Amino acid sequence: MRSLRWRIAGHALSMMATVLLGGLISATLVRLAPGFDADERELDPHLNAQSLQSLREERRQGHHVLRFYMTYMEHAANGDLGTSLALGQPVRKLLHDRIPLTLRLLTTGLGLAWILALALSLSAAWLRLSIYDTLTTMASGTLLCIPAAVLALLSVLWNVPGSLAIAMIVFPHSYRYARNLLVKAYSRPHILAARAKGLGEARILFWHVAPVAMPQLMAVAGVSVSIAVGATIPVEALCGLPGIGQLAWQAALARDLPLLVNITILVTVVTLLANSGADVIGHMVRGQEA
Amino acid sequence: MRLWRQVACGVLILVLAASMAANWIAPAGYARQYRDDTNAAPSRTHWLGTDEIGRDQFARVLYGTRISLLLAPAAALLSTLMAALIGGLAGYLGGVWARTAMAMTDLFMSLPWLFLLIMARALMPLNVSPVVSVLVTFLLLGLLGWTTAARVLCVSAGSLCSSDFVKQARAAGISPARLFWVHVAPNLKPVLYAQFWISIPVFILSEANLGILGLGVAEPMPSWGSLLKELEGLVSVGEEPWKFVPLILLVVVVTSFQLLLSREEEVAA
Repeated sequence: MRSLRWRIAGHALSMMATVLLGGLISATLVRLAPGFDADERELDPHLNAQSLQSLREERRQGHHVLRFYMTYMEHAANGDLGTSLALGQPVRKLLHDRIPLTLRLLTTGLGLAWILALALSLSAAWLRLSIYDTLTTMASGTLLCIPAAVLALLSVLWNVPGSLAIAMIVFPHSYRYARNLLVKAYSRPHILAARAKGLGEARILFWHVAPVAMPQLMAVAGVSVSIAVGATIPVEALCGLPGIGQLAWQAALARDLPLLVNITILVTVVTLLANSGADVIGHMVRGQEA
Repeated sequence: MRLWRQVACGVLILVLAASMAANWIAPAGYARQYRDDTNAAPSRTHWLGTDEIGRDQFARVLYGTRISLLLAPAAALLSTLMAALIGGLAGYLGGVWARTAMAMTDLFMSLPWLFLLIMARALMPLNVSPVVSVLVTFLLLGLLGWTTAARVLCVSAGSLCSSDFVKQARAAGISPARLFWVHVAPNLKPVLYAQFWISIPVFILSEANLGILGLGVAEPMPSWGSLLKELEGLVSVGEEPWKFVPLILLVVVVTSFQLLLSREEEVAA
């Protein structure tokens, strides 16, 4: 129990450091990007000299990266995440409006991918038919060789939900590992002995296979969250879904510093939480096994 | 498996040879516009039809394949060299160096690869000449893609340093530089080869993703990314099936790399 607490504390500390550093690096990168100072609003002939001056003043505040980042952290602590330069709306509102859609997309996509991966892996481990194994491996291998953005385009062409595109992007990664893990777990001597003694398949799966494969499956699940988060950008951008992925895409193209820093921090937190959560659950399962 | 690897090798050689011979096979080039023949279906003069501004699709596929097939390995080489330098040296030096290298890779890997790539590419100049856009895209892939390989190399170098023959060489008074170049680096070669081969299909797919999102190679220069972007204009899958040829070619080439990769992974293991 104590080691678990230390593990969680370690993850929390490293997560905090990574998030802070990641935010600072993204702010620095945006600041150094060519064309950072350019603002197309300055080309608007309706604006007078005073308005142009105030626009420049507004942008000047973001020039010093460290100062920008410190001010950002100070405001963020009070719940103010700044205002998007490109969209002219508070970042908090933008994130608040778009997070539910992305969460729905991620949970449905990940759920579908894992259900399919586990179903096919289990049947591969149970059937042990080389033709079935070859077919499923070929199908997942082909999906692995198709760019995520093409899968997103195909989902638009076939008029299927974006979550299915996310599932098809995540599935080959999950399947490859899940299949290997389950086939390996099922070929262990104690499973053969359990079968010989006449134990039912369900009991073998939940009592003897799952505890062995679970820690590694959890690690793969953590990584699959990261893949799914990355996939939201092409899927949302190409399917016209107003989520965080599309917002990240718009922010990157418009070099919207406040929005980019917030999205980078959000994505880093989600990815690290998924990986740390997977590690902690895996550790708990291993602990119970021991 | 061996037969499949030979087939994969044959396919790659064939595709590479055809793309290298693009100047002879399609002498008109990838940018020439046949204005009377826009959006044409495949014919004897245009084997894969033409695009909306009348450019020969077959020529564009050939030239695009050449760009992707030459520059993805170049980017993979750059990222592998960076990984060797950062990961290999950090693993060899150990202690604080190894921990710092691991922390750096952790930081990079805390962001999804596609997210990191799109953010970084969007921050680079977008309105540049086609040649510069090709260089920027693949350079970025090379510069950002070293982290996973560095992690593997750091661990491999670390475990090599604690092996008996390295300890014996150290005890015999060999200089650290000689120890690294003569005993550690050659043993890292299989891992380096494997990482190099792993990176190529990853970079080809990444370039395709960037291209479809409009952040890849600039027009009129073709690449697999910009060719696949044309799928965006399709209304249905069965409407113009020949438009899927670049996608099929990409899948075949990436699959061939994956098949070859399994051999490299075996060697590394």
